[in-house]
Amino acid sequence: MANLKISNITKRFGSLTANDDISLRVDEGEVVALLGENGAGKTTLMNILFGHYVADEGNIEIDGERLVPGSTDAAIKAGLGMVHQHFTLAENMSVLENIMLGTESLWSLKSTVGRSRRKLENLSKEYSLQVNPDAGISELSVGERQRVEILKVLYRGAKILILDEPTAVLTPAETGQLLENLKMMVTSGMSIIFISHKLHEVLEISDRVSVLRHGAMVGEIATKDADKAILAEMMVGRKVTRPKAEKLEPGASIVELKNITVTGAGKAADLLNDISLEIRQNEIVAIAGVAGNGQRELAELLSGLRSWDKGEFRYKGEIVSRANASEFLRMGFGRIPEDRHHTGTVGEMSVWENLVSENLRQDPYWKFGKFIDFDANRKKAAELIKQFDIRCSSMETPARLLSGGNMQKLILARTLTADPNFVLANQPVRGLDEGAIAFVHEQLLAARTKGAGILLISEDLDEIFSIADRVCVIYHGRISQLLEVRKTNIQQIGAMMGGDMKAVA
Amino acid sequence: MDWIELFVSAGFWAATLRIAAPLIFGTIGELVCERAGVLNLGIEGIMTMGAMAGWMWVYQDGSLWGAVLFAAMVGAIFGLLHAIFTVHLGLSQHVSGIGITLLASSLSYFLFRMFLPNSTTPPKITPFQPVDIPILSDLPFLGEAFFSHTPMTYLALALIPIAIYMLYRTPIGLATRMAGENPVALEAQGINVLMIRTGAVVVGSAIMSVGGAYLTISAFDAFFFGMINGRGWICIALVIFASWKPGRALFGALLFAGLDAFQVRAQQLAGGDIPYQFFLMLPYLLSIGAMIIISKRMRYPQALLVPFRRGDRI
Amino acid sequence: MQIEPRENISPWRVVFAPITAILVAFVLCAFLIAWTGEAILESYGHLFKGAFGSRFALSETLNRATPLIFTGLAAAVAFRAKFWNIGAEGQLYFGALAATILGTGAITLPPLLMVPFLFIAGAIAGGLALLGPVFLKTTLKVDEVVTTLLLNFVILLFVNYLLEGPLKDPMSLGWPQAAAIIDEGVLPELMQRTRLHIGFIVALGASLFVWAFLRYTIWGYEIRAVGANPNGARFSGISINRTVFIVAMLSGGLAGMAGIAETAGTKGYLTLDLSPGFGYSGIAVAMLANLNPLGVVISAIFLAGIYVGADSMSRAVNIPTYIADVLVALSVLSVLVSLLFVQFKVRWR
Repeated sequence: MANLKISNITKRFGSLTANDDISLRVDEGEVVALLGENGAGKTTLMNILFGHYVADEGNIEIDGERLVPGSTDAAIKAGLGMVHQHFTLAENMSVLENIMLGTESLWSLKSTVGRSRRKLENLSKEYSLQVNPDAGISELSVGERQRVEILKVLYRGAKILILDEPTAVLTPAETGQLLENLKMMVTSGMSIIFISHKLHEVLEISDRVSVLRHGAMVGEIATKDADKAILAEMMVGRKVTRPKAEKLEPGASIVELKNITVTGAGKAADLLNDISLEIRQNEIVAIAGVAGNGQRELAELLSGLRSWDKGEFRYKGEIVSRANASEFLRMGFGRIPEDRHHTGTVGEMSVWENLVSENLRQDPYWKFGKFIDFDANRKKAAELIKQFDIRCSSMETPARLLSGGNMQKLILARTLTADPNFVLANQPVRGLDEGAIAFVHEQLLAARTKGAGILLISEDLDEIFSIADRVCVIYHGRISQLLEVRKTNIQQIGAMMGGDMKAVA
Repeated sequence: MDWIELFVSAGFWAATLRIAAPLIFGTIGELVCERAGVLNLGIEGIMTMGAMAGWMWVYQDGSLWGAVLFAAMVGAIFGLLHAIFTVHLGLSQHVSGIGITLLASSLSYFLFRMFLPNSTTPPKITPFQPVDIPILSDLPFLGEAFFSHTPMTYLALALIPIAIYMLYRTPIGLATRMAGENPVALEAQGINVLMIRTGAVVVGSAIMSVGGAYLTISAFDAFFFGMINGRGWICIALVIFASWKPGRALFGALLFAGLDAFQVRAQQLAGGDIPYQFFLMLPYLLSIGAMIIISKRMRYPQALLVPFRRGDRI
Repeated sequence: MQIEPRENISPWRVVFAPITAILVAFVLCAFLIAWTGEAILESYGHLFKGAFGSRFALSETLNRATPLIFTGLAAAVAFRAKFWNIGAEGQLYFGALAATILGTGAITLPPLLMVPFLFIAGAIAGGLALLGPVFLKTTLKVDEVVTTLLLNFVILLFVNYLLEGPLKDPMSLGWPQAAAIIDEGVLPELMQRTRLHIGFIVALGASLFVWAFLRYTIWGYEIRAVGANPNGARFSGISINRTVFIVAMLSGGLAGMAGIAETAGTKGYLTLDLSPGFGYSGIAVAMLANLNPLGVVISAIFLAGIYVGADSMSRAVNIPTYIADVLVALSVLSVLVSLLFVQFKVRWR
């Protein structure tokens, strides 16, 4: 008997067809993996399933009953439960409050806190998902937060669990634990839709794989008949070739950090603790690690946005005395920030204005350093748009209207056109599709060949192992020693990401 | 009367409560809006409107409690307008709030003049009278200071525990707070964020409007121009001072009102040595001072000022 | 209901949306006029004639527009950077104080120097009035909305004190007013036998200056970037605090110049009712102009016309002058909504 049946869903946004005639079936006790690149339409489909959007065509049935479109409440009541990639928890509230939200009639004048707590504790035991109901969310680790998200869904009595990129923020150990938990839930009769682009996880957990590409369902395959290569080709539509780093001899030291410490204001632990790191010409040094272990602080420090409390910061052997973003830019730093929308661009300003935002006060773009030269700036922007193939209707378009890949191209263009000596690339391919990823990697490798030293901060070990020369792991604000990428392996780095620094051979 | 006597006089404490009451209404009203994530700079105008509407209701031979309801209703309408602009259309909360203040205050003055075109001295009504609470009001000192007030003052005091209960002990309160912390979480649980925010702004605006009416039908007996005189803005400062917590809002309002009552008496004591304008400045300077004190420990509702659109980031 | 950004913004929408919105405001106000029992078209006729119907009416309107252009620019510049300066009223009075302290005999220069001197002094004074809020915002993150608002009340009381004390003109027979600005400092009149003075030209110059400043200079770029996305601006090496400071000084300075225009131009001396809320109306002016410095001139003249016209309308027919404020507020709100429809399209479902 079919538990969930999605039939012929189509959804258009203006000229873009985000979902094109998609059908999907999930039976009871089955794990179906929904595989697809970023931008393939997975998220749109889930938004339709949960009533955040209404599909233009098609319908959804659960246990043979048609689901009311556009109603999240109906979806939850029908037994759907979603664990979002970006957690939907309020930091300033307790676990119990986050879980109870929406479980009682809004108009009741009394909360049943006691009963809810008992129910939560029982669930917690039943699925061995330990949490303290009274802890504030802000005190929890990422893994614990995900447990709260899952409990939230179980608490609502979900029969069909949907997990959107659940392992993106987890350490390999936490990922293993999660997969174990999920297997247990399946044996108790639950169905799972597992959304991911990580092939090995998909192969491990699912019974069946459905693949989305450019908004359309391109195929379905039983997991036992699939392997990585087959899935990758289905997902991307051609053989995947990510550029590989060719061997280069590293040159002189570009950036050197010695015993850098950043103390956390008011917090007990240091944000960065005794960091020592050297990046040389012609090499890519990668920092692996699970988000929230000090990457943001390190990136801000190297972008000139955050000062340090102790330690020494050298650039080409000279001491850098203080953090100053515009000074860093002048010295030859290039920065690719983690968040394209909030940090990398000013969305309300035009594409060309964003392309020149790191040339402020410089000849010939600014006469006397004070007055803008529109012609020079627009000419430069036009060149960059052509060179980096930034797709936009015109250079006067507000940057916020660009797609993720084009926005990243804009940032790359702005950064690399200055021929930087040092490039900080913080999660440079997050949220991009295969084509865009390959483009970003090619550009970074080209900069490396030209002589730049590059620091790559990434959670994606595949990325690190394909382009980096050396790698270290950041954990709780400390970094491990640097290892040659060729002399280590994914398992070892994975163990270190979970805090097992002794895994260093 | 010297300085010490001032603090032990029952009149001083009674005055403190009288000054605090409209601020309590205003602060709680604003707090409810902001807890749901919506700054309401319309407060100054909405309080003006409430003062005028409440007074006008009584002047047109309506009952006093009818006036309270009427003021609340009018406030709710302006709150709804603000909610449509900010919650549904996603306009800047600052800009829309200022617009609401412009509209509500100008409309109150216009309507007042329209109904009473030729009066030079503001006409009066019979406002709420003090109600002695049996037994307690007979207590020496305490009775006069705290238990011989108008029903609206008691209502203001009752509002605090009601607000605390509603915000922290009911599902709707949880949803309201969540709308100000992480609206996406609400959406994910199938609760309509726009509805919750709209509701909070409407209810909050109704409460602040009643605070305006307090001035014309409980504290005084007439409506005159410029009567709110920045009280709305002070309430916004008090919300920040209270760290968005109703209990602390009561404390803040009382502290503020106490200093205001003190200022009036100190003026008389100073006997003209210090120009009276400096005493009148005190409430405003104090509000600024309070914000400076609290600035280090501020913990905003995380989604305050952040508009929400369905389907965002999910 | 779903709101989606438009990919192409058609120019005719930019022009016609606000005009339609203002028509809507007039229609809404017509209901109020009907409620007072007066004839709608006749009343609006009086309003229009009172504002633009004669040489004198026009001069009065432009005279009233002068301070509004200054305060409108003050708000527009500040709001562009999302620095919510709502204290233009207080800054205006600080400018007026500067005129009074320096321009009533303390310093005497030939008129050609005295007038610019007063404007500069007023601008500096206006900027000074914002120093406190901007300092608190940049160092302690104290919300500037509340501080600037509350300072209006403090400054007004301070002026009140000065007018009853140290600055009181002994010749004023008990009225709280300051001595008159000396002849060298009085702004020359622009049209004979009217109150329209050179300040209007200065205001036009100021709006041109602000427009060019925002469009062509590095500071203008920085102000726009900080207003649109402070994180992004900081990332490209722009100092947020410095930018906010520049914005505050510019905004306060412009508001201070409004005080000069009124004290040294229209009135001739400082009183407590120098400004009938020009500082607050400036916000409406800026919003109507969608924060465009050149648009500020048009919207200031429009607003001034409504205020001046409403005065003569209320003399002719029995409608309270407060109709002007209502009309302005309704225009502001409906223009805000109309501008939204320029940028976004709404899908109802």
